[in-house]
Amino acid sequence: MTVIDVVMLAVAVLGGASAILVVVSRNVVHAALYLVVALISVAGTFLLLGAEFLAWTQVLVYVGAVIVLILFGLMLTRAPLGPMPQDNDHTRLAAALSVALFGFLAVLIMQAFGDTALPLSVTPTAAIGEILYVHWAFPFMVLGFFLTVALVGAIVLARREEGEGPEPLFDAEMDSERPTPAPTDVSTTPGVTSPSQEIRT
Amino acid sequence: MQAAFPLVFAALLFCVGVFGVLSRRNAVLVLMSVELMLAAVTINLVTFGLLAADRGDVVLTGQIFALFVLAIGAAEVGVGLAIILLLYRNRATVNIDDADLMKY
Amino acid sequence: MISDHAWLIPALPAASALVIMLFGRRMARAGAEVGIAAIGVAFVLAVLVAVEVFTANVSAVAEVEAADTEEHALAGEQVASTGSLALTEAGEGEETAIPDGVEAFVNERAVTLTPLGDGFDIEAGIRVDGLAAMMFLLVTFVSLMVQVYSTGYMHGDPRITYFFTLLSVFTFSMLFLVIGNNLFMVLVGWELVGVCSYLLIGFWWEERDNSNAAIKAFLTTKLGDVGLMVGVVTMWAMFGTFNIGEIITAVREGVQAGGAPLDSGLLTFALIALFIGAIGKSAQFPLHTWLPDAMAGPTPVSALIHAATMVTAGVFLVARLYPVFQASQAALNVIAIIGAITLFMAGLLALVQDDVKRVLAYSTVSQLGYMVAALAFSYTAGIFHLFTHGFFKALLFLGSGSLIHAVHSNNMSDMGGLKKSMPWTFWTFLIGSLALAAIPPLAGFWSKDEVLAGALTAGGYTGNVVLILGGLGGMITAFYMTRVLYLVFAGEYRGAGHPHESPGSMKWPLVALAVPAVLIGFANLPFEQFHPTGFAAWTMFSLEYFEGHPAEFVLWLALGSTAAAVLGFVAGRALYRVAPAAERDPVLRLGLVTRVLENRYYLDHLYMGVIVRPLRDRLAVLAYWFNDRVIDRFVYLVGVGTQRIGQATYTYADQRGIDGAVNGIGVSANWSGGLLKFAQSGNVQFYAGAMFVGVFVFAVLFAAA
Repeated sequence: MTVIDVVMLAVAVLGGASAILVVVSRNVVHAALYLVVALISVAGTFLLLGAEFLAWTQVLVYVGAVIVLILFGLMLTRAPLGPMPQDNDHTRLAAALSVALFGFLAVLIMQAFGDTALPLSVTPTAAIGEILYVHWAFPFMVLGFFLTVALVGAIVLARREEGEGPEPLFDAEMDSERPTPAPTDVSTTPGVTSPSQEIRT
Repeated sequence: MQAAFPLVFAALLFCVGVFGVLSRRNAVLVLMSVELMLAAVTINLVTFGLLAADRGDVVLTGQIFALFVLAIGAAEVGVGLAIILLLYRNRATVNIDDADLMKY
Repeated sequence: MISDHAWLIPALPAASALVIMLFGRRMARAGAEVGIAAIGVAFVLAVLVAVEVFTANVSAVAEVEAADTEEHALAGEQVASTGSLALTEAGEGEETAIPDGVEAFVNERAVTLTPLGDGFDIEAGIRVDGLAAMMFLLVTFVSLMVQVYSTGYMHGDPRITYFFTLLSVFTFSMLFLVIGNNLFMVLVGWELVGVCSYLLIGFWWEERDNSNAAIKAFLTTKLGDVGLMVGVVTMWAMFGTFNIGEIITAVREGVQAGGAPLDSGLLTFALIALFIGAIGKSAQFPLHTWLPDAMAGPTPVSALIHAATMVTAGVFLVARLYPVFQASQAALNVIAIIGAITLFMAGLLALVQDDVKRVLAYSTVSQLGYMVAALAFSYTAGIFHLFTHGFFKALLFLGSGSLIHAVHSNNMSDMGGLKKSMPWTFWTFLIGSLALAAIPPLAGFWSKDEVLAGALTAGGYTGNVVLILGGLGGMITAFYMTRVLYLVFAGEYRGAGHPHESPGSMKWPLVALAVPAVLIGFANLPFEQFHPTGFAAWTMFSLEYFEGHPAEFVLWLALGSTAAAVLGFVAGRALYRVAPAAERDPVLRLGLVTRVLENRYYLDHLYMGVIVRPLRDRLAVLAYWFNDRVIDRFVYLVGVGTQRIGQATYTYADQRGIDGAVNGIGVSANWSGGLLKFAQSGNVQFYAGAMFVGVFVFAVLFAAA
């Protein structure tokens, strides 16, 4: 066990534990925060594997952007911020499948790579840049186009036009303790919906 | 470092993600679980990329692909949240087992 | 070089045929405008090609002449008298030296196709030389005139679009035949024009006579086509190629494929087989009988196909392979005799016809006989007569069409006195008749004189036969044309209604064709100083075969043939100046002769009696018996059996088996659907779970493997 092995083990335990907390937490905001920890430990794994650039990208994109986006999503959909059951009726079935899958994968990995040593080496960011902009230039541009399309698509989907679509249904018997959502509020002025209002509900 | 460490970690993340996708009701939580699965995949890509680099791959295929997965994951979150928002606006709920119009 | 693009000349009518076929019905003039535009452009191209080819040929001749003069001067010889050309001495036993690099113009381009793998190459190629250029000019010009004319003649016909499509297809086919650089393409074009001819003769197929005539024409020429095919295949077997240039080279060098010496017997066989094809297509004795019947088609078609172009395909074929035919004197003799018989016999037949188109048809057969006979002696004479005849015969046919259009009858007994009401038609028809009757200085005189002078120069048995029959034929020609002129244009009108001049679209093509009918003869004046720059040089096959003087101008011969023509004219005038009643027509009162002629030498009876009827009747009786006793019984049994089987099938297989199965399938589908619908829960997580289970199972399976 070298130092790096120990660190890896620690990162794995941390990441695995927080990942499990993500999926079992009864509080959605907590789940999002555990997700941050899990993704940071993934970034740590990248660092250990020598992929510096990827690690910092992971932190920036996921921790910086995706988590904020998800929090916005939770807020905009007025998810109940307090603890409450988030699971459906098939939890046991899902757990059984997941455990079986993990056991199978673990056995498979140990059989195939049990004694393979990783040839660790640090990849300089400059090397990534050179290769990305030269060898992978075309896929990179396609990716850029793809992102643009996703951006436009997301805007088109989330935007509400005048008189478009039915008024949001509110099924009283479905979730009676919720207030009627104010759709105009949601779509046009998201900033107005302050956290205090949310908490009050 | 043994190759098994990151690989088993990735497998763990993936299976946890599968559990989350299957068991959570809240669509945003399902989306988060999907992010876990994607992270697992990127770890695998980087790990196998190292093995491939050892065998003569000079263009960092593994890391570049991981980068692409990252970007696509971000896009997926954006579009996914937009869909969830739309769902919420039309049905006043984000529980995905309520969105079952496409049934018999 | 413009001749590189000569393939456009056939391609344009092909394209226009396609366009007319697809869009013609929606066009203002039923597609005629497209056809005329395409053939007009093709004609311009043909002129440009002809200018290039003819100029090159003339300068090649001049070069040879210059080199020869120089040689003579070096040898210290006195160059022969000033008017005499060096080339003319070739015929006198002295070899004319052809300097290296000087050649007659041939532009050959080809793509080689190997549809059957190695060893059987077929070229798709063009061969543009003097002969092809001349044919381009003739075909495109006459086709243009005929198409313009047809807009008037066919006006209002319900199938006019179809008509113009066919005209374009025919023009394409004929040009394809002409441009081909190998016998295979010639064969293809040959069959194509045959099909077009069949379709156009039977254009008004509602009348049984017309479709019968079409079938007769098709089958009769087909008989000749068999010969052509045998000839082409034999040629291929002998020389291993279809390429015309290669065949000519091989024959000149006397080697067959594989280096074996030329088998002259086999060559003669192949050439005569080819000539049988020409006999069928060019309506030579004894297969000429289809051409008069082919007059059932619309008159513009007769002018284009059965006077100027398609029927000359046989002549063209012989000219195309002229050097090869030269290698076999036996084949040449056959050609000369067949031609001579045809020209005389058909001329006589023209005497007794009442249908103006039939007179012209027999006259065409007769003139084709002149061409064929001429080719036995002189290349230039044959194709020059082809060239001039194309113009004035097309003119005559279009003129007769104009008459028919006005009178609504083909028969001369329904005409008369049309000179006053149809002056344009009269004057152009007169020009055509004089050209045909070889009255100097019209086109026909120069070309026919060339033919006769060629025969005279050649001498010998065949030469004399051709000369005598040709001279008599000239007299007959003048006689029957005089008869036509007087019966149609002189005297009183005998038909119904009031004839009137044809519209402009029909009148102007007549005028346009009358011009070459008058002038084209001057292209080849039979005086020596004109030869190196005239028609003979333009269209020479190659310098080796260039005829400095295919026929010298023989004054007594020219005077004699003119005198014969005038004699014919005077006789005709004496007999027909006062138009006799139809039954008192002098040529119809010659007893046995008239009967023989009216029955066309009983050739049709012979063919019917010897070939058609035995085949048809005996075979028909046999076939009827077989049909009645064998096939009918069999069919009856089959019918009854089928009925029984059908009943059984209905009861057992259909009602119980198939219906039961169908109903069962329906019921079971309903039932299984009712069960399976629960799989479609609409729950995304259920689907995802199913997917993960599936992936898991597959992963395990792969891992196990």
